[in-house]
Amino acid sequence: MLGEGILKGLGETAKNFAGSFVSKERLTTVQYPEERVAPIENTRDFPFLVYDGDDKMAGLRCVACQICEKECPPKCIYIVKSTDKKPDYVGKPQIYPARFDIDISVCMSCQICVEVCPFEAIKMDTEFELSTTDRFGGLLFDRDHLSKSNEHYHKIHPTEASEVDARLAEEKAKAEAKAKAAAEAAAAKAAAAATAPTAKPVPAKEPGA
Amino acid sequence: MSQSSQLWANPVWTNLDQIFVLLQHWVEGFFPVWLQPAVGTVLGVIAIVAAFPGIFALTTVLERKGLGRMQNRLGPNRVGPFGILQPVADGIKSLTKEDIVPLTADGVVHFLAPVVLVIAVFLGFAVLPVGRNMVLTNLDAGLLFFFAIGASTELSVFMAGWSSRNKYSLLGAMRAVAQMISYEVPLLLSSVVAVMITGSLSTVKIVEAQSGFTGIFPHWYVFTPWGFAGFVLFVIAALAETNRSPFDLPEGESELVAGYFTEYSGFKFALFFLGEYLGMFSIAGFAITLFLGGWGAPLSVLEIIPSWAWFFAKLLCAIFFFIWLRGTLPRLRQDQLMNFAWKFMLPMSLLNLLVAGAWRFLGDGWLRWIVCSAVLLLAYGLLGRVLMRHQRLGARSYRYAD
Amino acid sequence: MIFGLSIVFVLTSILTVAGALAAALLKNLVHCALSLTITFAGLALLYLQLDAQFAGFSQILVYIGAVAILVVFAILLTRGAGIPEYRSFSSSWLAGITISAGVFALLAWAVTKSLSASASSSAAPQVTVQQIGLALMSSYVLPLEIVAVLLTVALIGAVIVAMPESRTPKSESSQGGDR
Repeated sequence: MLGEGILKGLGETAKNFAGSFVSKERLTTVQYPEERVAPIENTRDFPFLVYDGDDKMAGLRCVACQICEKECPPKCIYIVKSTDKKPDYVGKPQIYPARFDIDISVCMSCQICVEVCPFEAIKMDTEFELSTTDRFGGLLFDRDHLSKSNEHYHKIHPTEASEVDARLAEEKAKAEAKAKAAAEAAAAKAAAAATAPTAKPVPAKEPGA
Repeated sequence: MSQSSQLWANPVWTNLDQIFVLLQHWVEGFFPVWLQPAVGTVLGVIAIVAAFPGIFALTTVLERKGLGRMQNRLGPNRVGPFGILQPVADGIKSLTKEDIVPLTADGVVHFLAPVVLVIAVFLGFAVLPVGRNMVLTNLDAGLLFFFAIGASTELSVFMAGWSSRNKYSLLGAMRAVAQMISYEVPLLLSSVVAVMITGSLSTVKIVEAQSGFTGIFPHWYVFTPWGFAGFVLFVIAALAETNRSPFDLPEGESELVAGYFTEYSGFKFALFFLGEYLGMFSIAGFAITLFLGGWGAPLSVLEIIPSWAWFFAKLLCAIFFFIWLRGTLPRLRQDQLMNFAWKFMLPMSLLNLLVAGAWRFLGDGWLRWIVCSAVLLLAYGLLGRVLMRHQRLGARSYRYAD
Repeated sequence: MIFGLSIVFVLTSILTVAGALAAALLKNLVHCALSLTITFAGLALLYLQLDAQFAGFSQILVYIGAVAILVVFAILLTRGAGIPEYRSFSSSWLAGITISAGVFALLAWAVTKSLSASASSSAAPQVTVQQIGLALMSSYVLPLEIVAVLLTVALIGAVIVAMPESRTPKSESSQGGDR
């Protein structure tokens, strides 16, 4: 019948209208900025650098390999390598970024820098209230601004952070085991070398367990 | 006049009903006799200019909150309690915005377009009977005056679109004028039935002819078959005349930026907005006058409530109904609009004329009710069937990206 | 009262004549059309001053609401809205002035003759819409029907002119959606 659809539609909107006064869960909007909806875990906005522990510099995971700078599509990352080295999480001395700037007015949140980073050093943040009145420097974030602790990473992306931590711990354990094995092998060799001339009569049954 | 209860004998209610008329006479008393008609008219004009823009301000808030609730969200609720003072904020905003006129625009015509619109729309309120004895001028050809003035608003739409020297404005203006002209014909024809049965073009007489009661039910024209059909046709044509959703293609933001008022900013835009809404009120007021009994009460026992209160209550209901339609229906395309006007509304309104004539000549009794209703329902069903024959409307099918 | 004419009449006639002159002399064609609209409005005001309510409002409804829009559409659809290259005064202005003077003399003679013939009637006849309707239905019904037939013919002609060219039986959905 002509006009049937219109009447059904009118009924639907009338239900919405009347229902909005009666049941509060129909209204899905919140009174921003007094209330905020909690973001879901996969929210992402702009990148940040992760550091372990309390010291921004000592725990910084980034080793200035510049892979993210090369892979970034709009080229918003600018890295200057340092001239000295500092030890990383497994103890190996690595260079670190003397400058690490991201221009967030250019960044398009594609997450490619996160995907290619081999050191789990750069991750996506969820902060979106970043408007500023400073046109020129306000949207250019430097290394200090971008470094945030691992605890912050756990807070915003818990499952991802735990996964990353587990992986890093595993690698650290492997590296330590390897180092221990290497150290033991070296120590054994040294001991063997030290007792080599008097080792003839006594067979070398050293601590190889 | 109405033959209702003895409540009317009580002077308190009569005075409340006529309170504005008494106020007018009292103010006139301060002036010499030869000046009194002029003063009376000026007071009436002041009342119209104060009341209807006030309703406009209220409507903007109601519309935004109402649409919001229909879309499962709250409307504006920051300015004032529950957002009631939002129109004040909007007014301040449009008054303080810079008035930009394009360099190649036709200055004089660009300036005059909103002025012509607002003048034409305010003139239309002159013959609207807002209450018992409360009409600005009781013209013998009042209805003709209203439609004549309504036709002048099309000219202002065209002036706005052409003077902006902008492809999109001109396109919007052409579409708007084509739409308004197409829907003038059903608008006029559907109002002619009320004139036919009343026997007069004067709005005051049309309302008085509907102010009788049988038992407690009123003699409103909408309760008769031809009146109901006429009312529905009039409301649809009124929506199209005032460019109101779902007929708002000329000002659809997603199609034409803002159509014919693209190049208007600041106060001129506010004037266009005001003109459109006031046009909506005056045409709603005429729908109420012609079919819904004007200032009459719906039940004879409710006649205590003043006539002007009933008129404004009906006007608010009509406004709410327009907002409801806006929140429900998608916009019609230009060709769908035109087809609807010429293929459906025009034949139905012509048939309605015949049915109203038959009503008059079949005499009192139940026969005329059955015959008229049957003819109208049959025509509606057949016409709907015939016009929808070519549409391939099936169940919706969804395709998802894999 | 100026020369025996009321001041409202003088103002209205100045408006009407100014609109007509502007419509003839302006360069931009759409401006001419809009000043013609002012002329129509002036005429309607003159009818209203003579208490011919129906004629006055019909003048607004038909002329301003339909004819003016038609004129404007015709100008726009035939690309006449650009800056004209011709002068507004034509080369045959002498013949034009002669003819218009002749016509004006004829009309003036006719008007003054009829004024002097009916100088006694002072009260204007009160014609209500009802009387017009009755007259249309009784003594003028034949012209009414002829006008109706003429309008129908014009409507059918417009539909035929605007219809798309090829109407093969297979093209059913090329007419746009039927409502």
